[in-house]
Amino acid sequence: MFKANCFATLKFTVVTDCDKIINKSNKINIKKCERFGEHLMAPKKGFDPVKALEEIEKKFEMYQILNEKGEVVNEDDMPDLSDDELVELMRRMVWTRVLDQRSISLSRQGRLGFYAPTAGQEASQLASQYALEKEDYIVPGYRDVPQLIWQGLPLTQAFLFSRGHFKGNQFPEGVNALSPQIIIGASFVQTAGIALGIKKRDKKAVAITYTGDGGSSQGDFYEGINFASAYLAPAIFVIQNNQYAISTPRDLQTNAKTLAQKAVAVGIPGVYVDGMDPLAVYKVTKDARDRAVAGEGPTLIETLCYRYGAHTMAGDDPTRYRTSDEDSDWEKKDPLVRFRKFLEEKDLWNEDKENEVMEQAKEDVKKAIKEADGTDKQTVTQLMENMYEDMPQNLQEQYEVYKEKESK
Amino acid sequence: MAEKTMIQAITEAMATELKNDENVLVFGEDVGVNGGVFRATEGLQKEFGEARVFDTPLAESGLVSMGLGLTLEDYRPVIEIQFFGFLFEAMDGVAGQIARHRFRSGNSKPMPLVIRAPFGGGVHTPEMHADSLEGLMAQTPGLKVVIPSNPEDAKGLLIEAIRSNDPVIFLEHMKLYRSFREEVPEEDYTVEIGKAKVKREGTDVTLIAYGAMVQESIKAAEALEEDGISAEVIDLRTVSPVDYDTLVESIEKTNRAVVVQEAQRQAGIAANVAAELSERVILSLEAPIKRVTAPDTVYPFTQAEEIWLPNKDDIIEKAKEVYNF
Repeated sequence: MFKANCFATLKFTVVTDCDKIINKSNKINIKKCERFGEHLMAPKKGFDPVKALEEIEKKFEMYQILNEKGEVVNEDDMPDLSDDELVELMRRMVWTRVLDQRSISLSRQGRLGFYAPTAGQEASQLASQYALEKEDYIVPGYRDVPQLIWQGLPLTQAFLFSRGHFKGNQFPEGVNALSPQIIIGASFVQTAGIALGIKKRDKKAVAITYTGDGGSSQGDFYEGINFASAYLAPAIFVIQNNQYAISTPRDLQTNAKTLAQKAVAVGIPGVYVDGMDPLAVYKVTKDARDRAVAGEGPTLIETLCYRYGAHTMAGDDPTRYRTSDEDSDWEKKDPLVRFRKFLEEKDLWNEDKENEVMEQAKEDVKKAIKEADGTDKQTVTQLMENMYEDMPQNLQEQYEVYKEKESK
Repeated sequence: MAEKTMIQAITEAMATELKNDENVLVFGEDVGVNGGVFRATEGLQKEFGEARVFDTPLAESGLVSMGLGLTLEDYRPVIEIQFFGFLFEAMDGVAGQIARHRFRSGNSKPMPLVIRAPFGGGVHTPEMHADSLEGLMAQTPGLKVVIPSNPEDAKGLLIEAIRSNDPVIFLEHMKLYRSFREEVPEEDYTVEIGKAKVKREGTDVTLIAYGAMVQESIKAAEALEEDGISAEVIDLRTVSPVDYDTLVESIEKTNRAVVVQEAQRQAGIAANVAAELSERVILSLEAPIKRVTAPDTVYPFTQAEEIWLPNKDDIIEKAKEVYNF
């Protein structure tokens, strides 16, 4: 068990310091490996805290399977996915890229409400969701609508959520998820609770949540990963480091070399992964899930990625804080481009297939937006009905007033 | 039926529901082995085990939000915030998340969660330990806010709160924890949330209070009786939602009202109650509705508490003002 834990995870730069312990004593000390921070907590003679930090930070190297050219650079770690499953992941990424383009356009036409663009983050979002099972919970941030859709939320409802309609939040039976969270960090503490519930019910499932590089500065971020750590709850915490919190660059958030290394402070594995590489993201999420359901507790994953578009469609202008050089550097790393090359090489993908998926996505969007348009507008009295199980006296009185207004 | 303190009644309520429903969980800082800093959870971990009654890491936002998460697996968390002044750390968790959960799910997800916390002045606590923050909570749609004034109500209201599928903020005035005993039924029973109680009948003026101010109002009513003024005392018991039917009925009889709260004057429960009543019973009133409150300052921890806190004499003074108007 120790071997599986430490050696396997070390490959993904999960920092456990086990190698150091092993090298020194040339013996495997399970106890020490499990409580790897102990030697750091008690400064010994000659202890150098600066060097210790350097050593820890050095271990967090970016984990990758598929490079920018679509070449497998880490054959040993190739996830166990069939050809059909690989194609399905590509199909989802292409479909979601089209959804993003259509959503931006619908948003500009005033036909959507709140929308946060997703292009550039397909590997981080969809490959991590691809590693989940139906019984898992998703606790999304506001940009993480695609994961909900692929977990089973009908697109019509995603559009209704965007428009602020309560019917967008009534998830179908079997879609274990919360609505996209607006408050940065709140999802992390809630996820710790969901994961603890899963553990108490003895279920083989996990709760996964997403935030961004900015979110990793929030107090609730630390409380969430620490609570899950304290109870060894089956949670997966994903930081989609898309380089900017609206306009604030990643480096302004912290002096920490990586965001993944924050896991060390709470004694859980942390992974620093190429978030434009669908295979790597899938692999680290799958491994995190396996550990979680095996009772080994939570994992923190930082996916290095980029948001091509604006923060949201509410007036953000990325040219104020990003250069076009930076944009094109990241476009070279595009998850769809590299995965397309990889699949074409295997003769699993071609232009016709891609066009077919794109047409399908456009059709799906058209149909869903039509359905959303056909949904009755929500009323104030409906909001009142949604506040409590039984309407309290004050709302009952107000209900009569608004019922009257609405009948006019 | 045995005589019990309010804190014993509260412990009994939690024990009752831990027994009745295996989904009930009790957690917070130091609630396990230690039984809570006021011993509200005394013996519960021993009786129901560490899986049901447990300590959390020290972080209020984390622990209330963990409660939200646990409801997704059908648990019914009963959370202790060690002192309600620490609520500020958890404000998003409570007001931004828990209170909105049902609404945010389009009424598809309940929020059967109780946050219990000691609050209130007069026991010489350090800063941030005595604050009356019920006004903040009452202004938050989606919550119910309950403040018992005595052991019998405390048990019945807390059981009702734990059975509620909407979040309840249950505030326990520290001064009332052990200041007196009264008979508390052994069996499990509930007191309806949102229902006030006439504690003392009278014909000349209605004193409306909650929490520790109920006792002060009763004392004031007894003193007023000697001066020939008959005061009715109403215990709100729930400050959100407020039971206006009971208040209106009383004022239609007495034609005068004084609203009493320990909290600061601006905004808050008493201001709201006075405003609602003036809209509802203006034609029954023979005098303006007056308020007895603390001044609009920070709570004066340990110093000047006695003069800062509203008391019996302040209530008598206002009652006489409205009586003689």
